[in-house]
Amino acid sequence: MTKKLTLKRKGKDAEPTNEVATSSEASENEEEEEDLLQAVKDPGEDSTDDEGIDQEYHSDSSEELEFESDEEGNYLGRKQSSSAEDDEESSDEEEQGDESEDENEENDEDASTSNQIKSDEKPSSSSGTTKQGAPVKELPKRDSSKPEYQDSDTSDEEDIRNTVGNIPMHWYDEYKHIGYDWDAKKIVKPPQGDQIDEFLRKIEDPDFWRTVKDPLTGQDVRLTDEDIALIKRIVSGRIPNKDHEEYEPWIEWFTSEVEKMPIKNVPDHKRSFLPSVSEKKRVSRMVHALKMGWMKTTEEVQREKQAKRGPKFYMLWETDTGREHMRRIHDPVSAPKRDLPGHAESYNPPPEYLFDAKETKEWLKLKDEPHKRKLHFMPQKFRSLREVPAYSRFLRERFLRCLDLYLCPRAKRVKLNIDAEYLIPKLPSPRDLQPFPTVESMVYRGHTDLVRSVSVEPKGEYLVSGSDDKTVKIWEIATGRCIRTIETDEVVRCVAWCPNPKLSIIAVATGNRLLLVNPKVGDKVLVKKTDDLLAEAPSQDVIESERIKTAVQWSNAEDDEQEKGVRVVITHFKPIRQVTWHGRGDYLATVMPEGANRSALIHQLSKRRSQIPFSKSKGLIQFVLFHPVKPCFFVATQHNIRIYDLVKQELVKKLLTNSKWISGMSIHPKGDNLLVSTYDKKMLWFDLDLSTKPYQTMRLHRNAVRSVAFHLRYPLFASGSDDQAVIVSHGMVYNDLLQNPLIVPLKKLQTHEKRDEFGVLDVNWHPVQPWVFSTGADCTIRLYT
Amino acid sequence: MRRPKKYESGEATQYISRRAALRKLQLSLNDFRRLCILKGVYPREPKHRRRAQKGSSEIKVLYHTKDIRFLLHESIVWTLRDYKIFAKKSNRDRAIKDFRNLKRRLALFPEIKLDHIVKERYPTFIDALKDLDDCLTLLFLFSTFPSLHLIPREQSNLCRRLTIEFLHYVIASKSLRKVFISIKGYYFQAEIKGQKVTWIVPHYYPFKPQSRQEVDFKVMSIFVEFYTIMLGFTNFRLFHSLNLAYPPQFPSSVLQDSEESLKDEASFVSDRIAALNFELLRTDKVQEDEEELDIDMELLEQDGDSKRIIKMKQEAQEVSRLRTLFKGLKFFINREVPREPLVILIRSFGGKVSWDSSVFAGSAYDESDETITHQIVDRPSLATQYISRDYVQPQWLFDCVNQRQLLPTNKYFLGEKLPPHLSPFVDSKRDTYIPPEEKALLDPSLIETHAQSDDESEDEAEKEEEEAVDQELLDAQLQLAYQQETAEYKKYGGQDGVNEDEEDPEDDDEEDDDEEEEEEVDEKTKRLQQEKQKMSVQSGKVHKVNKRQVHKAEVDEHRLQARMVKPRHRNLFRKLIREKQTKEKEEWLLRKKRRTIEAGEKEARKTAKREARKEAAAAAAKASKLGK
Repeated sequence: MTKKLTLKRKGKDAEPTNEVATSSEASENEEEEEDLLQAVKDPGEDSTDDEGIDQEYHSDSSEELEFESDEEGNYLGRKQSSSAEDDEESSDEEEQGDESEDENEENDEDASTSNQIKSDEKPSSSSGTTKQGAPVKELPKRDSSKPEYQDSDTSDEEDIRNTVGNIPMHWYDEYKHIGYDWDAKKIVKPPQGDQIDEFLRKIEDPDFWRTVKDPLTGQDVRLTDEDIALIKRIVSGRIPNKDHEEYEPWIEWFTSEVEKMPIKNVPDHKRSFLPSVSEKKRVSRMVHALKMGWMKTTEEVQREKQAKRGPKFYMLWETDTGREHMRRIHDPVSAPKRDLPGHAESYNPPPEYLFDAKETKEWLKLKDEPHKRKLHFMPQKFRSLREVPAYSRFLRERFLRCLDLYLCPRAKRVKLNIDAEYLIPKLPSPRDLQPFPTVESMVYRGHTDLVRSVSVEPKGEYLVSGSDDKTVKIWEIATGRCIRTIETDEVVRCVAWCPNPKLSIIAVATGNRLLLVNPKVGDKVLVKKTDDLLAEAPSQDVIESERIKTAVQWSNAEDDEQEKGVRVVITHFKPIRQVTWHGRGDYLATVMPEGANRSALIHQLSKRRSQIPFSKSKGLIQFVLFHPVKPCFFVATQHNIRIYDLVKQELVKKLLTNSKWISGMSIHPKGDNLLVSTYDKKMLWFDLDLSTKPYQTMRLHRNAVRSVAFHLRYPLFASGSDDQAVIVSHGMVYNDLLQNPLIVPLKKLQTHEKRDEFGVLDVNWHPVQPWVFSTGADCTIRLYT
Repeated sequence: MRRPKKYESGEATQYISRRAALRKLQLSLNDFRRLCILKGVYPREPKHRRRAQKGSSEIKVLYHTKDIRFLLHESIVWTLRDYKIFAKKSNRDRAIKDFRNLKRRLALFPEIKLDHIVKERYPTFIDALKDLDDCLTLLFLFSTFPSLHLIPREQSNLCRRLTIEFLHYVIASKSLRKVFISIKGYYFQAEIKGQKVTWIVPHYYPFKPQSRQEVDFKVMSIFVEFYTIMLGFTNFRLFHSLNLAYPPQFPSSVLQDSEESLKDEASFVSDRIAALNFELLRTDKVQEDEEELDIDMELLEQDGDSKRIIKMKQEAQEVSRLRTLFKGLKFFINREVPREPLVILIRSFGGKVSWDSSVFAGSAYDESDETITHQIVDRPSLATQYISRDYVQPQWLFDCVNQRQLLPTNKYFLGEKLPPHLSPFVDSKRDTYIPPEEKALLDPSLIETHAQSDDESEDEAEKEEEEAVDQELLDAQLQLAYQQETAEYKKYGGQDGVNEDEEDPEDDDEEDDDEEEEEEVDEKTKRLQQEKQKMSVQSGKVHKVNKRQVHKAEVDEHRLQARMVKPRHRNLFRKLIREKQTKEKEEWLLRKKRRTIEAGEKEARKTAKREARKEAAAAAAKASKLGK
């Protein structure tokens, strides 16, 4: 195998070597050749790397190779390997040194032989005969000189060359050797002279310009004249093989002319004239099929296909309203239709429907939340129909409708189509429910701080008020004159006129003390009697418990206080918030919110005795109230109201207010209905017979309700609130148990002024007339008639 | 007995989420969507979402379990699965380049059959008519579409065919009732078998490339797929109810999907319009059925004169008048006018229509025809005009139809500024704002008075202006004297003028009182009073009711009563009140805008007139000078 390879290789190298042999002496024009050398060598000298040269060399040889392989197409594949060996061979030559001449000749012969072998092997490839010509000519010459295979043997033996293969030679830069020969011995790099040596050589050696370094062996190679000629030809762009004749006469192997007489003149067979039986059978079968309709012509098939393509319509519904029983979706809800367009959508709307600048701006501003827009489009006006363009959002709107149809959840909803008025309960007109106070008729001025509480004399002539300016004032109702001012030590929280008309006592809650004051107004006899009654303390026959003693002390008033009218002082252990009388005027109850389990106390005036009705506290007590008829006691904690039977000493009922904080209570004079005001703007009407839950919750006020009051005679009640309004309402309770109370708000009286978030603090009715008194944070008491 | 666990019964089992539905049906989301659209299955809003979603409160798409079970038995589910298989197999064939097999497979493409779904979704024909709105609007839109990736040409052609058939029915049955030109398109409302069917024909040319997020043509295409089938069956029945042949036969030149017509959009459209201008083939020879209508009227007359009957009678008369609104009129449409809606209008109310034969196909007669009564023009001026016909703008036709009578054409003449085009769909008895034009239409007497008052006011204004102009023309001396005189007059009038001021009823009483006091201060009156006191009878003081206070009291009272609304109605009440307030505000705003606009216009008119007069005066002066 190797032998064959070498042969081939030699063949490839044949032409240049030959040329060297023939034209070595005939190197005439040196200068030209110098240039040529430059052209060949320059890249190598520029780069100190050997690789440059190497590549240059390779490329040269490969081009040559390509040329040859072009000749004989079957050698294309081996190009690479052979080129590598080509190098080896040239290195071989260098080693052998001066005997290159002979060697070359041998090579030449080798080449010719190999060529012949090839031609022998593949005679069919003789299309490239033009190229074959040159070696063929030299054949006889070689034949005469030497036997055919002799040389090749020897050359094989002498073949000392690098065996490293086609590798980048700079891998061996750091070693002393440059590769391995056939015997696996190192090929040592030839000694490299320095630049001076080279220069000297350049001067001495006339052939220096044609000396090239072989990178594989490191040897200098002297290019032959043949080589140079070849290089010249390549550089000048001619065909490298100088023996190639371009203008050879064309041999036409296969003629292009059409012969007049056919070469093969056989007449047609008889079968070609006779109709085919099988075909006839087949056709008749087809005709039959067509006739029977089993088969269709392509046209028919096409037509049928055409007809089949579109949907077929027929009478799907036999009648307009007749319904065939079919399974349907469960409980179908048809989608609502789209709204029909209004005037604004017109292409030429009335001018008021067009947006002005402000509306346009607003419309554009809501770009991100289009649902908030008043219209989903911007009204436009066009002068004529021809100018109306296509609506740009039409497609999108249709698409959204499609989405709605299949993606929007549907449900059947009852749409309320009612007027707002309808929701207001039908109540009688206030005009039919007169009398009730409608106008402010009197303002009682004199207090210098907010007036906390007001109470009216049972006969209805005088009025008492307690204020934060530490005074209690007694007024004449009719004239608005302040009759008396009683100064106290602390803020007056609550005043209450004794409801018993035979006594003239006012209970005043100021600080820790409860003062029982004789106002000294009205009937003199009554005043005297009351004074007498209060002058002496009755004998104490019962020993009071420690618990009460620590909570309450009864005492007669001091002299200076006596002058003011104070008769009895009941000193509590905590500040008093509220005081209320029992209907007969003997008992009164006080509330001390800070008193824990002793926060509610009941005092008996006639015996000057106090009781603590509860042993346990059930919450922060806000307000207490006596039942007007029954021995019942109402206690309002923050959230609930408890009703106790004082005789049986047990809890009767607990009313659930469902409110945050109770502010006050008032009981209907008949004792069956309770009105509760709360700080969370509500008023609750409890029907005590009916339920523990409110019969009606009224949200008449816009702010916390401070107090409520029933009228003793008329079916009226009033409420005062922090929104500075007193609202008078009709609250009719019927004797018929089946009829529910009627509640009608009648009048809103709003004349109080606002001061520090407070409006009206207390309301109270005149015992006889339909007049209502209200006290406010604006230091006034007002009378509405 | 085992106690059922939570969510094993009740609302939780009634609803099924979309995810679960997909799992149950073993379909992909796309197939499920297609199925839902075709079958008309939609999500449901549960009464208690939390309960229906087994405790989770996020908003899911919920379907009724029974609906999904119903879908489970649908035959097209199998077709959808076949599609999937088909796609897989044909893709495989394509991948291995087995074209013979592929061809065979393509021929066996599984066709989807929707006939039974139409029947099932619309058990009666009337149901189908009720749901025709969306169908028609979508198909009219699609009939104008070009061939798109997701919308094959065949689909838009089918849409075109079906919509034209439907329009032919509308024309033949004369069932069109209301029309409206909106900025979105032309609204048409027809009354078919007692059902009001409204559809929109978009303005030309509605198609615009859309982004995927904006419009998904795939979804719309599925809708169209169903709607075409539905409209086809509906058309079939409608045509047969009129004894018309279905499908209608058009001349071969028109409405053939030839290469040319598909290529050229303009010819495509003109073909469609031309198709509308042909009489349809009848299966029977009976021409008109107007007698039937008369019989109906007679029946109604016999029934008596209850209010409803009278109303119905009026309605019937109006409709019969409307059906022959354009009978005997010949229209010619100029080429700049959008023809399609006009052809529908004219043809369905008995008119004859034609257009320029050189530009569009299907014209019946030429422009030079002397019998043409109206020519519809939409340009400011025209070079050649025939004296025998009216040149009107297209809005005239629409307004005539909505008013159900032939309106005078003078407001709609060529180049005239058009009166506003009002929507016929708004309820005339609504309590919101009604523009003055509509009021005038509702109450014809109002027009005249309105116009008269306008004229009068204008006359007055003119007089004033004349005076002003006269003054200008007067000499300076004269002017001065006149001014003095007027000043005196004004003084004199000012004293008397108090009484005139008092006429305003809405003025506060306090003011009146003040004025009375002033009067008392006046010496004259004092003297008069003294004179009066001499007489025995004294005039009593009239008790004047302070209207404002009374009103305030009433409002207060009402407010207090409104606070007594039951707690469970309170939110509803508030909502209603808020709605009412916004409505009132809207109305107020519109009224205000109108007022300002009218004031502005009047001002402009006045100034223009004054200018003109001045110019005329100046010109006259010049002329007189020249004459001298």
